[in-house]
Amino acid sequence: MEKTSIKKSSLSISENGLSPRTPSKEKKRSSGRLEVLKTYKIYIGGQFPRTESGRYYIPTNAAGKKLANICLSSRKDFRDAVLAARGAVSGWSGRAAFNRSQILYRMAEMLEGRKAQFIDELIQQDSTKAKAEKEVNLAIDRLIYYAGWCDKFQQLFSSVNPVASSHFNFSVPEPTGVVSIIAPQSDLPAGRQGSLLGLVSVIAPVIAGGNTCVVLASETKPLCAVTFAEVLNSSDLPGGVVNILTGKPSELASWFVEHMDVNATIYCENNSDTQKMMRERSAVNLKRITFYDKINWNTDEGQSPYFIMDTQEIKTTWHPIENIAGAGGGY
Amino acid sequence: MATKKKTVPKKSNTVKLKFDTGWSYAPAPESRSAATINKQYDLFINGEWQKPSSNKYFDTINPANEEKLSEVADANAADVDAAVKAARNAYEKVWKKMPAKERAKYIFRIARMVQEKARELAIIESLDGGKPIRESRDFDVPTAGNHFFYYAGWADKLEYAFPNRTTEPLGVAGQIIPWNFPLLMAAWKIAPAIATGNTVVLKPAETTPLTALKLAEIIQESDLPPGVVNIITGAGATGAAIVNHPDVNKIAFTGSTDVGKIIQRAIAGTNKKATLELGGKAANIIFEDAPIDQAVEGVINGIYFNQGHVCCAGSRLYVQESVAKEVIRKLKDRIESLIVGDPMDKNTDIGAINSRSQLDIIHKYISIGKKEGAEMYESSCRLPGKGFFCRPTLFTNVAQSNRIAQEEIFGPVLAVLTFRTDDEVIEKANNSPYGLSAGVWTDKGSKIFNMTRRMRAGVIWANTFNKFDPSSPFGGYKESGFGREGGLHGLSAYVNVV
Repeated sequence: MEKTSIKKSSLSISENGLSPRTPSKEKKRSSGRLEVLKTYKIYIGGQFPRTESGRYYIPTNAAGKKLANICLSSRKDFRDAVLAARGAVSGWSGRAAFNRSQILYRMAEMLEGRKAQFIDELIQQDSTKAKAEKEVNLAIDRLIYYAGWCDKFQQLFSSVNPVASSHFNFSVPEPTGVVSIIAPQSDLPAGRQGSLLGLVSVIAPVIAGGNTCVVLASETKPLCAVTFAEVLNSSDLPGGVVNILTGKPSELASWFVEHMDVNATIYCENNSDTQKMMRERSAVNLKRITFYDKINWNTDEGQSPYFIMDTQEIKTTWHPIENIAGAGGGY
Repeated sequence: MATKKKTVPKKSNTVKLKFDTGWSYAPAPESRSAATINKQYDLFINGEWQKPSSNKYFDTINPANEEKLSEVADANAADVDAAVKAARNAYEKVWKKMPAKERAKYIFRIARMVQEKARELAIIESLDGGKPIRESRDFDVPTAGNHFFYYAGWADKLEYAFPNRTTEPLGVAGQIIPWNFPLLMAAWKIAPAIATGNTVVLKPAETTPLTALKLAEIIQESDLPPGVVNIITGAGATGAAIVNHPDVNKIAFTGSTDVGKIIQRAIAGTNKKATLELGGKAANIIFEDAPIDQAVEGVINGIYFNQGHVCCAGSRLYVQESVAKEVIRKLKDRIESLIVGDPMDKNTDIGAINSRSQLDIIHKYISIGKKEGAEMYESSCRLPGKGFFCRPTLFTNVAQSNRIAQEEIFGPVLAVLTFRTDDEVIEKANNSPYGLSAGVWTDKGSKIFNMTRRMRAGVIWANTFNKFDPSSPFGGYKESGFGREGGLHGLSAYVNVV
């Protein structure tokens, strides 16, 4: 009788819980073919570099099983990513809103095509098949939701202002620029969905509004974030619009709020010390800080055009109206 | 002693252009091979193709050469009844109950499929209607696809569209569309209707049914629940049957003002809601400080785009006296360079007139114009031997009260009038029962916003013309109709705001 020294996955027995990261000797013997392991890199400027620091960390699932060797991103990675994001702002915000909506829709198409892979990764990270499928479906639908907002939120949040002087005066939202985001970090409390849905839910409104971003994935559940970068990369999304780093918020959070060329920051945890630190340090260039620390991403509360407006500025323009034959006032 | 008057020759800086150099464009025909047209089409009711109960069909031809393209079913009152029943059933049992975000996904699918089949749709549009392939390929088809995409996004966001109000769909919408932008008009009608939760019975124009039928195939392919969209072909009688059907909640019509008034009378006393997008006689105004070359190009595009078959065509030009001579000279020169020819040739600027009857109407107005004392000028281009074609024409010395300045011709005929002051042109431009669109050409921004404020028209183009976008509301004042299509405002047409 053959002795198997590989611990079977502690996940539910009805699933084929074999992780690609822990190849089974049994599997090798039966098929004769060795599986190629995936290298989880970070995503900057439309490319997949490793962290410049060369460091890694090993997240594990609840049963203590190793997930992968994940890049431990550094401050330099973040600075490089901000450069890429800043470089991408004028192109991305200069695109027609309709074009952005098409690209977000394509992201949904690509994610739908890779459903099985994401479900598998979620299961590796302690989800169940049913919950994982629901999470991926919601993430796809969320992308479609925001695809629909790209060329409509302006119509809701703009105005033509009836000023008392003879001027045509209008106010429109404009993207704030580069946004640094620390994605939801965990699945608890219920509905925080750090692994995929939370990540998609914070990225989509930011880029739907014409901004670019640098995102720090969930520290403990980073697999989907890296695979999501592959979805972005095949969606006609220009490089640099979304940059995804893996690593530790405890190391990187202060850099996320201190960088002088970042316009806004989004943070999703309830940690009051970190929140206080962020408000203090971001004042260096008056970043707009938003905390999504009470949102249940699983419900409709997790999507809204107001999330788009959180990273928009309002610009008001005046233009004279000629007064002909005593026509006073204007619009 | 008599002083001899010296005549100083006036310096002319207008170069006389020569068009007879013998240099001509090589033919650049688009291939028909990307398009499949069936020999015969039935009615698209309840998600399937059903034979007309009269078993009657009528031909649809290519107006560029009068060749038969296909034959389509003639729907009678019984067929209309079947279609409305299918729409009602789909509304009550399926569409009204479906979560809005799932509705949206069907419409996104349709949009993407229109993009996938873009070339085929463009070819069929040009063959069936006569418009140049450049226009159907670069404008009609992409804009139609984009319209579906835009409204798909609204389906699950209606709670934001009307402050402090919720919305409910109206039910079954009967939609009748014209022959000038067959596929685009189908998109303008169907997309907002089904996005807001209604179901639809749509009748394309009798001379241009084919792209609507191809859209029916796409709708079938998208797996849209049967009965949500029904497309039935026929002529005036079919349209009347739709308007008069008691179980239709909403009529949406784009066409002539005369028929719009008939419809409004027909539904009086019923609970039916209506939106009408009717004719126009748009004033295009060139001020002396306009960039003249761009303005001339804009005026040419305004009246000759789509052979002038555009409800918002800039068919009246008001040019400020000080630049009138220059503008008219440049218009005449530009007309000479317009290529009238086979719609399937990529060089063609002006394609075929949609039908024999429309060509007769245009000819009628040209002779009216001459009788009224206006001066006619037309390009000297050769017309193809077969098919329905008309040379781009303009009239100068037109008076404000001339019939060619007041009535919609719907052809490539421009009436040119002059003015001196801003007040004068505002009064003249507004002096029309129509009010669909207007154009203003000036370099002065403050003048633009004064003009746009005081023109009584639903769409005003400043230093541009004939621009359309799914997010931009379109519709008329006065006898050009009521209701808006496109944008946030376009949602109101298909919901009850509660």
